[in-house]
Amino acid sequence: MFDISFLYEAKDVKDAIKKLTENENSEIVSGGTDVLIRVREGKDAGMGLVSIHNIDELKGIKQDSNGNIIIGAGTCFYNINHNEIIQKHIPSLGEAVNTVGGPQIRQTGTIGGNICNGATSADSASTMTALEADIVLEGPNGERIVNIKDFYTGPGKTVRDRCEVCKCFVIKKENFENYFGYYFKYGKRKSLEIATLGCSVLVKLNSSKDTIDDVKIAYGVAAPTPSRAPSAEAFAKGKKLTENFLEEFGEKALSDMKPRDSWRASKEFREQLIKEMAKRSLVNSIRRAGGKIEYYV
Amino acid sequence: MSKKIITLHVNGKDREVAVDERESLYETLRNELRLTSIKKGCEVGECGACSVLLNGRCVDSCIYLTMWAQGKDIVTVEGLKDETNGDITDVQKEFIKQAAVQCGFCTPGFILKAVEIVGANKPYTRSEIKELITGNLCRCTGYMNIVTAIEHAIKHNMDKLGIPYEVQPATTSFDLPDEEKEKMLKDVLAMQNNDVTKV
Repeated sequence: MFDISFLYEAKDVKDAIKKLTENENSEIVSGGTDVLIRVREGKDAGMGLVSIHNIDELKGIKQDSNGNIIIGAGTCFYNINHNEIIQKHIPSLGEAVNTVGGPQIRQTGTIGGNICNGATSADSASTMTALEADIVLEGPNGERIVNIKDFYTGPGKTVRDRCEVCKCFVIKKENFENYFGYYFKYGKRKSLEIATLGCSVLVKLNSSKDTIDDVKIAYGVAAPTPSRAPSAEAFAKGKKLTENFLEEFGEKALSDMKPRDSWRASKEFREQLIKEMAKRSLVNSIRRAGGKIEYYV
Repeated sequence: MSKKIITLHVNGKDREVAVDERESLYETLRNELRLTSIKKGCEVGECGACSVLLNGRCVDSCIYLTMWAQGKDIVTVEGLKDETNGDITDVQKEFIKQAAVQCGFCTPGFILKAVEIVGANKPYTRSEIKELITGNLCRCTGYMNIVTAIEHAIKHNMDKLGIPYEVQPATTSFDLPDEEKEKMLKDVLAMQNNDVTKV
C-alpha cells in the first residue's frame, strides 16, 4: 500500500490541472516508475496523486505537416523505441530510451516523466537536448512552449510549475533531418542501471561525406543539468575527417562540463569518461552517417 | 480510506474485487485474489519477481497501481495453459526439462517474460534472449538454463509456425571450437594493432 492521501484519475489534461490547482499537496503521476518509488521511500509520502496514466491524448508519436515530430509526453519508452517514425528519423533517441531501466520499466515509464523529473541522469534527456526539443506545457494560465535548453534550472529542478502538465515534445525537422546520432551510456551494469555518464552526439556530414557540417553533443551527469558542449561543437564544425581532431574534441568537450563527485563515480573518473565518450560517440555517429574515420572503437 | 469495488479481467475471467485505491497491483492479486505465483521482491521495479502480463506485455506489478489495471487483460502463471489440451505450456515444460529452476522465487516472473518472448513469434538468438530478460533477476541459476529453456520454447513455437530455427549450444569461451577461438584471438590482435578496417 502506498502512503498517498488520494489518487485521482484525471479524464483529460484540463481536469488534471484543475485537481492539481485545488490540492496544494499533490503531484502528477504518469508511468509511476519514479513517483511511486519516491512515495515508497518516504520522500513524497502523504502526497495526493493526480494520475494522467490513462489519458490517450498524451500518448503516441506523429509527424505534422511541416515534418516536425511530435512525441506525446505519456508515450512509454517501449513504444518510442518501436515506433516507425522514430526508427526512421531519430533512431538514436530510440536507442537512448531503450537503455532506461529494464524491459518491464520501459513498458510503463514515460518520456514526459523522464524529462520532467529534472534528473541530469535521465537517459532521454541528453538526446532530447541535442535534438533541441521544444516542451509543450499546459497550466492554469494556458499553454506555453519552453525549449529544453531553458527547461532545467538545477538538479531535479525545472521551470515546470507543479500545476503544469507536460503535453508533448516537438522536435523540429531541421534538428533531425540529415543528422545521424549515437547515444553512449556508461554504467556499471548493462541493465537496470542509472547512467554514470551519458553522451549523445548528432552529426551532419557534407554531401561527399568527408567534412563535418554540424555536430551537436550533449551530456547527462556531466553537469547539474543535461547540457551541450558549445566549444566542442564549434571546434568540430568544418573539420575534414582525415584531420586528427578527435583528441582535441574530447578536451574541448571536457572544458564545457562541470562533473562532480558522487557515490556512483569520482569527478576524475567522470572527466576521463567525458573525453573518451565524446570521441567514441562522434566516431560512431560519423560512421552511421556514412563517413570514414580512423579510430578503433 | 473506503474501498472501491472494481472489475479486473484476470486470467480470462472478470473478477470483482474491493480495493483500496492506494494498493499496488501485486497486493490486490496476491491478497484479494490469492494469485500467489506473483512474488513480492524488491518493490522498486528492479527484480521482476512481481511481473504480470498486462495486455500481453510484462509489467512490474509492484509499481503499478491496481486502479490503472481496470479494463486491461491481466495474466499470471495461474492462467497459463496449453489451449489445445489444457496441459501446462511449452515454456513451463521446458523450464522443468532444462532445470531452469532452483529456489523458484524468480520463476513465475521469468515464465511470464518467456511467454511474452515466445509469443512475439520471432526467432530470437541467445544473445537477444539475454537482453530481453534483463528486467528479471535470478540469484541461483546463473541464467544459462533459463536462456536454454526459453530457446527451446521458441523452437517449439517456430516448429508450429514452420519457421526454421536452430537452438544454439550453450557455451562459454572455454569450450568454443578451435576456429572460433582463433577468430576471437584475431579480433584481439586487430584491436591491439589498432586495425581500423575492423569495427
